[in-house]
Amino acid sequence: MKRTPLYHIHESLNAKFTEFGGWEMPLQYSSIVKEHLAVRMNVGLFDLSHMGEFEVRGQGANELVQKLSTNDVGRLTDGRVLYTLFCNETGGIVDDLLIYRHADDHYMLVVNAANIEKDLAWVETHNDTGAKIKDVSGNTALIALQGPKTIDLLKPFVPEHDVSGISFFRFVLGEVAGIPTVISRTGYTGEVGFELYVSAENAERLWNALYPAVIEADGQPVGLGARDTLRLEAGLRLYGMDMNDDTNPFEVGLSKFVKSKNRQFIGKRALLAQKKKGIEKQMIGFQMLDRAVARTDYAVYQDGEQVGEVTSGAPSPSLKRNIGFATVLSQVVPDDGKIDIEIRGKMHPAKIVKVPFISK
Amino acid sequence: MIPQNLKYNESHEWARQEGDIVTIGITDYAQSEIQDIVYVELPEVGTELTQKTEFGVIESVKAAFDLYAPVSGEVIEVNESLLDAPEQVNDSPYDDGWFLKIRITDPSELDALLDADGYQAHIEAEHA
Repeated sequence: MKRTPLYHIHESLNAKFTEFGGWEMPLQYSSIVKEHLAVRMNVGLFDLSHMGEFEVRGQGANELVQKLSTNDVGRLTDGRVLYTLFCNETGGIVDDLLIYRHADDHYMLVVNAANIEKDLAWVETHNDTGAKIKDVSGNTALIALQGPKTIDLLKPFVPEHDVSGISFFRFVLGEVAGIPTVISRTGYTGEVGFELYVSAENAERLWNALYPAVIEADGQPVGLGARDTLRLEAGLRLYGMDMNDDTNPFEVGLSKFVKSKNRQFIGKRALLAQKKKGIEKQMIGFQMLDRAVARTDYAVYQDGEQVGEVTSGAPSPSLKRNIGFATVLSQVVPDDGKIDIEIRGKMHPAKIVKVPFISK
Repeated sequence: MIPQNLKYNESHEWARQEGDIVTIGITDYAQSEIQDIVYVELPEVGTELTQKTEFGVIESVKAAFDLYAPVSGEVIEVNESLLDAPEQVNDSPYDDGWFLKIRITDPSELDALLDADGYQAHIEAEHA
């Protein structure tokens, strides 16, 4: 299994580890619930160095990322970040990712850890524009700070920039604790937060600089367990659970990231055809009405008929209710509410609710 | 500390014998590994359990875990308070967090379980 540059720090913090996408990652340090609530109330420190980073540079860079993206990269200016999907020719989702525009001829792509090889092959295969593609995942560490105390915590480490002035989905190049960093106002928790990209050799220095301040602010180091419950509450999809190569963006509620007007991209033809034909499935959020926990692949019923499956499900530490996403047939009326989920052979009642599950 | 007066399944359930009644729960080691218990699904009174077979499920934030009967017998009492307060399993695994009382059919089954020292060795081996 692959390890991040911070593996030994996690070990020294007595983290429990888990395998995720080929990586040995911290699952939790204290408890998923404690870490989750620390992010909601104070601040959390995450090692996300398993994520993949590609640099796309040169004259053809813009053309290449446009061609691959369902969202319109043309809307980016320097210093902005875009959430987008790559789709295949049949409209299935290859990955969901962030695109950072440094300049018209310089982009950084941040992809899911489990998809690094697949995405790199995908980008290289379609590179007929002369762009230079470089997988810098191995040299790049990613440390995130998320939670309401993030800005106050980060300020003293970034004297040359006013971090409170960096808007959501924007980034600056600067120094954090004297370390060259891509300071990105992004995250996967639904909280105010920053994601800090540094070279792998500086990862421990950055973590060690921030960690005491996080503890001082009643924060916690946060593992992948709480990362999953935080993203779920915030209504954010996870590749590999809620979507994959066989699901299209419309079925999983990501149609607003498909911009097909006046632009060409891979999968556009198939997606337009599917839209015309009618989308068979939709993604809904649900909340259990009893204490049972619905998990991935459990069957969803309405009026005695199976209408879909759970894609992600977990207890919500903030709501103290069990929640999840399910893909169900389009004719299921979300406002109508009641569904049943089969858990170990028994039906358990749930209601369809608005996503995100928590509002900030 | 592993209580000396209990018997243990390798799957981390404990059994406390009082005459032909055996109370069962999960160990402190198990609850600390599972953590954040949010739901316990237990059989109804009258259900017949078979040694080493599944009788229920506990759910943590992260995952579901099957429970295995340390001994065979009929369920005569269920700890209903776990329905509304499953966190008792984390807070008090040997006392308030008990699951079931069963009337055992074959007391010799208890001899097949681990004693405290055997269980200690088992978790050390599992952790190594």
